Amino acid sequence: MADAAKKLPNIVINEKFCKGCSICVDFCPTDVLEMKGTCVAVKNLEACTRCQLCDLRCPDFAIQVFG
Amino acid sequence: MSVPAEKKEKVSVPFDYNKYLRPNKLPHIWCPGCGHGIVLKAMLRAIDKTGFDKNDICVISGIGCSSRTPGYVDFNTMHTLHGRALSFATGVKFANPKLKVIVVTGDGDALAIGGNHFIHTCRRNIDLTVLVFTNATYGMTGGQYSPTTPMGSQATTSRYGSIEPPFDACEMAKASGASFVARGTAYHTLELEKTIHEAIMHKGTSVVDIIDACPTYFGRANKFKSATHMMEVIEKDNTVNVKQADKLPPEKLEGKFLRGVLHKIEKPEYCEQYESIVMEKAKAK
Amino acid sequence: MADRKKKFLQGNEACVEGALYAGCKFFAGYPITPSTEVAEGLSVRLPKIGGKFIQMEDEIGGIAAAIGGSLAGLKSMTATSGPGFSLKQECLGYACLAEIPLVIVNVMRGGPSTGYPTGPSQSDIMQAKWGTHGDHPAISVTPAYVQEILTETVRAFNLAERFRTPVVVLYDEIVGHMREPITIPAPGDLEIIDRMRPDCKPEDYLPYDDKYEVAPLAPFGAGYRFHVTGLNHKQDGFPTNDSKQIGANNERIMAKIENHKEEIWKNDELMLDDAEVAVFTIGSTARSARFAVLEARKAGIKAGLIRPLTIWPFPDKAVRELAKRVKAIIVPELNLGQMILEVERVSGATCEVVGVNRVDGEPITPMQILDAIKKYK
Ligand SMILES: Cc1ncc(C[n+]2csc(CCOP(=O)(O)OP(=O)(O)O)c2C)c(N)n1
Ligand code: SF4
Ligand code: SF4
Ligand code: SF4
Repeated sequence: MADAAKKLPNIVINEKFCKGCSICVDFCPTDVLEMKGTCVAVKNLEACTRCQLCDLRCPDFAIQVFG
Repeated sequence: MSVPAEKKEKVSVPFDYNKYLRPNKLPHIWCPGCGHGIVLKAMLRAIDKTGFDKNDICVISGIGCSSRTPGYVDFNTMHTLHGRALSFATGVKFANPKLKVIVVTGDGDALAIGGNHFIHTCRRNIDLTVLVFTNATYGMTGGQYSPTTPMGSQATTSRYGSIEPPFDACEMAKASGASFVARGTAYHTLELEKTIHEAIMHKGTSVVDIIDACPTYFGRANKFKSATHMMEVIEKDNTVNVKQADKLPPEKLEGKFLRGVLHKIEKPEYCEQYESIVMEKAKAK
Repeated sequence: MADRKKKFLQGNEACVEGALYAGCKFFAGYPITPSTEVAEGLSVRLPKIGGKFIQMEDEIGGIAAAIGGSLAGLKSMTATSGPGFSLKQECLGYACLAEIPLVIVNVMRGGPSTGYPTGPSQSDIMQAKWGTHGDHPAISVTPAYVQEILTETVRAFNLAERFRTPVVVLYDEIVGHMREPITIPAPGDLEIIDRMRPDCKPEDYLPYDDKYEVAPLAPFGAGYRFHVTGLNHKQDGFPTNDSKQIGANNERIMAKIENHKEEIWKNDELMLDDAEVAVFTIGSTARSARFAVLEARKAGIKAGLIRPLTIWPFPDKAVRELAKRVKAIIVPELNLGQMILEVERVSGATCEVVGVNRVDGEPITPMQILDAIKKYK
């Protein structure tokens, strides 16, 4: 039921805080994130379920999911 | 709030950590992937749930990587001496029992140099919440073995494998008289938040042993590929929630740490005992 | 008429009276001979007035809890002797750097190590100054009479609160266990100083504000949420690696004492005006010295006594001036030569400096001191 009007979440990454540990990438259940060098980046926003696990396990206050 | 948005609703309102973080103190000093940051976040969410006023909360630590926590949080905070956090905290709490005092300490800080204070704090059952960041190493000084380093593990002072049997902080706390004893991990972060919340709300000494990872020292020395790898092996696969433990055969529990609230009893609290017994009798005399 | 009770008390009991008079509301400690009576007394008295007494698991816990109690806003104290004083040193340095008011009583016994627990000694004089690592300010008061233990304990609290620093009350086992009739001062007889509290808005509060020599200290829980650390810190209390700020703060905590030495010094003098030979000593030894000086005068020797009630900061001004006037300064002390090093340093070569020492657990007798004086007939 892929709905074109589906509202996408807003994943906010604080690049100054991200230390590139990749915990958020590794534990994201739907493979939304990826590492770009030493900073996390969004690879596939559509797949995000807003589970917030990335935020919860990020040791550096560097990623939050809004919306 | 902290709980993930319900699936149906599909809105995510992340927790606002800034409410409790001091401005301009981040990024923190911890290494990439260090579990201490994950635990700190669970602690802040748990504190938020208590609804206590920031002015009434004290966060007191000893010395170590974990003990740097107080510097980041917007409460009455004290970074004390290696091993002595519980004594400083006992003084603060006893002097002003209205304060909610949370002690943040490393496994070395709490159980080695501070081991005796740990025992006697539990014995008094003074109303403190003690969060032991158990990363099985001395992070701050460069990865020497600690009282929770597993036998055979590598550390910068156990190049031939540690020969010292590790300690179980929970067993120790319970045996010493703490009225609330629990364990959590950084991996099970929502469960940890709940556990810390329950610990803070408990009257008496509440100890939460929190297994987290030091990827820089313990991880590298013991051939873990990453922080994630440590969290999976040490925190996820090597622990079982007490509620599930009953259903598992003994062989599935062997060598595993139990998570959740392991011991919770009602017991007279030190400051209240002092007021109701010592002060009353002293005044009557 | 003000009510001034006369009591026949032991030195350690007078210390309890002094602490209570000064407004002490928190004691944490660990028993050790010959200081234990201080803890015992306060365990009875503090709960009567709403104060807190706790026996900790060791001396480190004792001083750490007392620092915590002080930071929570109560005038706090711990008491110990020899081995316990050694254990407290790391925390003492913490209180110096974090600028937490605190009184530490050290009833000196024979050492080193467990030494001679019931024997008197004055061998922790240097430790009271240099026991903790790092450069740091030190204030130490040295009563010699039971009445004086009371008044000097009050003064120690006042100095601690005034300068936001730990103050050591240093006396030997003899004075600690000696009984003498004393007068308990009535309220108002002695000055009581309380620490300065901030009146600024919490967001403007700097716990180490360098516009003050001694910044106001807010108690935990009063709405000023600040950070305390034993790391070198900035004015806001947070750690720093900035060499300028580290240097400035380290210099300030020394200067706040150095610049006020006149206010902290206190000497008792006996027949010094025309003295040709002076005795410089403290505590029980000063009691023998007093006798010796009076005997010397009877024998026609112009002897005098200077008895510092503040040994740290060292009374260098008084000793320097004295050295210019006398032939010799005799320094009796129950150790093998600690205060004498300071007297020699300060007097330079202006006069002779002679020690009278004893470390056998017996007091220095008036005759020993008199013999030393007689050499300057
Ligand atoms: C009296 C004293 N001894 C030793 C040290 C050095 N030291 C600093 S932190 C530390 C160990 C910290 O380990 P832990 O408490 O487990 O915390 P972590 O750094 O792993 O979070 C040591 C030995 C010290 N600061 N003070
Ligand atoms: S919210 Fe969940 S699904 Fe979305 S990026 Fe974070 S971990 Fe992945
Ligand atoms: S968990 Fe946090 S610090 Fe680690 S890579 Fe993701 S955003 Fe960066
Ligand atoms: S050394 Fe270890 S414990 Fe310390 S910050 Fe780094 S990862 Fe964390």
